[in-house]
Amino acid sequence: MIRTQVMICGGTGCSSSNSMLIADRMEEEIVRQGLGDEVKVVRTGCFGLCALGPVMIVYPDGTFYSRVKVEDVPELVEEHLLKGRVVDRLVYKENEGDENVEVPSLQETGFYKTQQRVALHNCGLIDPENIEEYIAVDGYAALGKVLTEMTPEQVIQVMKDSGLRGRGGAGFPTGLKWEFAAKNKVPQKYVVCNADEGDPGAFMDRSVLEGDPHAVLEAMAIAGYAIGANKGYIYVRAEYPIAVKRLNIAIGQAREYGLLGENIFDSGFSFDIETRLGAGAFVCGEETALITSIEGNRGEPKAKPPFPANKGLFGQPTIINNVETLANIPQIFLKGPEWFASMGTEDSKGTKVFALGGKIVNTGLVEIPLGTTLREIIFDIGGGIPNGREFKAAQTGGPSGGCIPAKFLDTPIDYGNLTRIGSMMGSGGLIVMDDTTCMVDVARFFLDFTVDESCGKCTPCRIGTRRLLEMLDKITAGNGTLEDLDKMEELCNYIKANAMCALGQTAPNPVLSTLKHFREEYEAHVVEKRCPAGVCKKLLRYEIIPEKCKGCTKCARNCPVGAISGKVKEPHVIDQSKCIKCGACMDGCKFGAIIKK
Amino acid sequence: MKSLEELAAIRERMKNKVALREASGEIRIVVGMATCGIAAGARPVLNALVEAVSKEKLDNVTVTQTGCIGMCRLEPIVEVFVPDQERVTYVKMTPEKVPEVIEQHIKGGKPVVKYTIGAVEA
Repeated sequence: MIRTQVMICGGTGCSSSNSMLIADRMEEEIVRQGLGDEVKVVRTGCFGLCALGPVMIVYPDGTFYSRVKVEDVPELVEEHLLKGRVVDRLVYKENEGDENVEVPSLQETGFYKTQQRVALHNCGLIDPENIEEYIAVDGYAALGKVLTEMTPEQVIQVMKDSGLRGRGGAGFPTGLKWEFAAKNKVPQKYVVCNADEGDPGAFMDRSVLEGDPHAVLEAMAIAGYAIGANKGYIYVRAEYPIAVKRLNIAIGQAREYGLLGENIFDSGFSFDIETRLGAGAFVCGEETALITSIEGNRGEPKAKPPFPANKGLFGQPTIINNVETLANIPQIFLKGPEWFASMGTEDSKGTKVFALGGKIVNTGLVEIPLGTTLREIIFDIGGGIPNGREFKAAQTGGPSGGCIPAKFLDTPIDYGNLTRIGSMMGSGGLIVMDDTTCMVDVARFFLDFTVDESCGKCTPCRIGTRRLLEMLDKITAGNGTLEDLDKMEELCNYIKANAMCALGQTAPNPVLSTLKHFREEYEAHVVEKRCPAGVCKKLLRYEIIPEKCKGCTKCARNCPVGAISGKVKEPHVIDQSKCIKCGACMDGCKFGAIIKK
Repeated sequence: MKSLEELAAIRERMKNKVALREASGEIRIVVGMATCGIAAGARPVLNALVEAVSKEKLDNVTVTQTGCIGMCRLEPIVEVFVPDQERVTYVKMTPEKVPEVIEQHIKGGKPVVKYTIGAVEA
């Protein structure tokens, strides 16, 4: 009889810091200490607190351990699992260095307290490689209900009533999308799951696939029934090996249990799913490019209309839903559309997962009801900005989104509001920036990304984004003029209006939003030839203050290019013509004698 | 999968394996599992408790371990915490005494006085 279960995170974050080795060792140690029949190790999906990985929870007491190392395993097994003594030094403490080891239960911590997990419901709770654990938490019950009690029209009505909008970026109402496809009366239709998550910093889809793959399969089957499709494809990045592996295991198990395949629940409905691996092109997250790629062609977008709901994969009506969108669907059918619609705001129902990254204490994955303010996400859940720094901006929507300045911290986050303040929901990447971040450099970073990822099919995107990047390069090098700023704005609007697909149409957003909210920073680069955040290397100068320099020679020895000279016990000087502005001198100086201008 | 009943059967079979993770823990049964407790035979007691709770489908009960309480000579010690009630401490427990405690105390609400510290020490 199992009395204790140890849940070890097997998401990508924790796996990359050895959590799977820890799980293996733990199992060996449990057997070695004679607890094989009493304690079970379960490898789960992501818990969300990725910054503290590898993490594990011991049930039934619910003790949460963070930053566990392989060496800690024997102690954990002997102390906690055998003798019931919590290993205090590994227990998660809300504030680093906190002496108080009385940690409230995980649900009570600031990080989890205000979260509401719908899409991430089972992540961290079940073993994603065991279909029976998914069934134990009401898995496939929604599909059962849909196939045995509901008509396709009723299914679509529930989706419309729930108010669920696409979580992949544009936020199109899911029920409506299904209805368009359902209206086409042809024998062959398709359901496609878009798991080509490409925004830098976003990883919620990966975590859902890794932690709860069956929820996605179940939702796709429901979608298939609703629109009259019997075939589904999951287009997933090859860079997500754990997700791909678990998806394929899940598909295999679902077939074995008859939850995919012929005549599911004896309803006459048949549905099967295959995975297709993407090679990592950002543009393939755009639905028409994704379809082209599944068909075996080079991933390039097509003009819309015709929309995929009318003419999609292999020329047949197709619906494309994002992973997180799908993960919400079984819960909607289990708990009812009213329940789902009771969360969120007027135009945006339900919850949204955000991947917190950048200058924030709790890097990781959070799910909150829509309408939560940025301040709550960043400061209450995210733990604020590290090192006592000042919040400057938050970037949402990845390369298609924009930067939100501090004055909008109290704006409730939903689809409409984000667009109004010059950004967009996107897939839910949320990158926090503090006062050491240069906004011009941020815009340049994202443009660099889009130039790289532009497929080259249409001119505004292929040439326009490159010209934009060149102008940004010019500004960060200190050679920009005020006319360049106006020219940039004009070009941005031109690209937005004329690019063929969403990638190009949204590519100028990072530039436009920073120009709008942080114009003074651009002007500092152009007029004063100065980078206020001290990031743009070509505008930087490192200098030694002679009064503070003790002549210890450390900086001269640290300098990789030999730009610093001076005699022992005498003030040193930096040769600006040789200096590469790496900052090694300043990092090493014990006397604070080197300054960055 | 040909029927909802089949699905329900798997769910029932698996449910208590996952229930451990969502235990509400209204009632907590805590077993002393320090060296002294283990030496006195706390592990069979702990296992008997876990099995009984699962068999009786007592969803509101959590069975956990703790360290040494300090009365090593009275081990194995089992303490029962029911909200808004004084805790009950059973001493010198054995797997044989477990069904009685579950039946009378956990399910019936009446502590098995003869096994408690007060009765044994008196």
